[in-house]
Amino acid sequence: MSSKGIPDDMLVCRCEEITADEIRQAIREGARDVTGVKRRVRAGMGLCQGRICEKFVQQILCQELHMGLVQTGRSTARPPVRPVPFGELARGCGNDL
Amino acid sequence: MILEKDVVVIGAGPAGLAASIEAAKAGAGVLLVDLNLKAGGQLFKQIHKFFGSRAHYSGTRGYDIGRKLVREAESLKVDVWLQSTAVGVFPGNKVGIERILDGGVKKLYTVHGKAVIIATGASENAVCFKGWTRPGVMGAGAAQTMVNVNHVRPGKKIVMLGSGNVGLIVSYQLMQAGCDVLALVEAAPKIGGYAVHAAKISRAGVPIITSHTIVEALGDEKGTVRGAVIAKVDSHFQPISGTERTIECDTIAIAAGLRPVVDLTRLMNCASVFEPVFGGFIPLHNTDMETSVKGIYVAGDSTGVEEASVAMEEGRIAGTAAAQSLGYLSAAEAGKTKKLLWERVNSLRSGPFGERRLTAEKNLLEHFREEIREPQPEIMIGGLAHGAD
Repeated sequence: MSSKGIPDDMLVCRCEEITADEIRQAIREGARDVTGVKRRVRAGMGLCQGRICEKFVQQILCQELHMGLVQTGRSTARPPVRPVPFGELARGCGNDL
Repeated sequence: MILEKDVVVIGAGPAGLAASIEAAKAGAGVLLVDLNLKAGGQLFKQIHKFFGSRAHYSGTRGYDIGRKLVREAESLKVDVWLQSTAVGVFPGNKVGIERILDGGVKKLYTVHGKAVIIATGASENAVCFKGWTRPGVMGAGAAQTMVNVNHVRPGKKIVMLGSGNVGLIVSYQLMQAGCDVLALVEAAPKIGGYAVHAAKISRAGVPIITSHTIVEALGDEKGTVRGAVIAKVDSHFQPISGTERTIECDTIAIAAGLRPVVDLTRLMNCASVFEPVFGGFIPLHNTDMETSVKGIYVAGDSTGVEEASVAMEEGRIAGTAAAQSLGYLSAAEAGKTKKLLWERVNSLRSGPFGERRLTAEKNLLEHFREEIREPQPEIMIGGLAHGAD
């Protein structure tokens, strides 16, 4: 199930609708890790925050740059780790009620 | 005002329940948080009987173990917040929780746990082939939740990708639920899971097609799955052109392994390593199941994908250690319990699959001893150091 040669037209990040070709283009433009790809083409910036596609992006980086999985890095961990609607944040902290 | 608890446990699966029970038994006030409608995690999907010794509930079905643990936690007055999601852990062991209130309104709470036990489990790996985003392509675990928890069949005709234990067991359970499993497709040259599970599938007449993969999910006029195109793969797992054939189906289930959910330990900058035997990046821990950050513990699949029986023992160790750190147990009492629990974990890590995990675990514990020694109270967020208090 290796995805060596994920076809260019394959959808990799389904949240942001980014194809393998767009990720390869980002690498050609200088992306060297998951964060670099994310900043250039938004792969991993959608609702799932890369939970599904990060592994595919890492695989493409490994193939294109002949690097190890660990060197591809991971996107920065930031709270909230699950989506929280703005309205809920505006409602304030439940502790105070 | 921040709510205070002795121990906050995140995730009410086998590890989190076991941790809560041990900590509460020792006298600690425990808050157990889970995002699902009910506690029990994967146990309520496990309709099969467990293997192993009596201490590990052999011969008991997963959901009965789940019920027993939930009852025990309730009788020990563990505070359980369901449909509540831990959205962050912050310096000083503050846990941000999105909690649902009566009427379905959600609110954010901050709870300070003198100890925090992270037992967030694992998530399924995706596989990308042409059409992998079509409706009808899903994780094997999702298909299992549909039939065993919600009693809904994901489809009529299923093709399963992956012949590890999850692929084998879920295929059998889909058949028990009345689905037609047409084939199990496995990229490796041999079946990944236990022979006992594979035999059940084979006896029912379902072909397990090794050295093959799915190259495309075909769609009908609405775009939903109407077939799986499979192809033979070479020794580098590359599909061999010209070997494609189509299996008509309405569902493709993917059992391509699980990986630990580590969002919260990453947020706390817990030292981690990449360990393929345990499913990927995992937080390191010592024999107390405490991470490199003092007061933050881990247990279960979130620190390495294994079985529910291991998760429960790890949870018990974490719960015992957390209670000890808060003075609810003497070092002698806790030490005795933890020693026994570690013996039980090690006994579960036997056989060809388990031995690899036993070796990997030994190396990780050694790594912790050599590189980290004592959990550090300092943590880093965005490059800035914060004190734990």
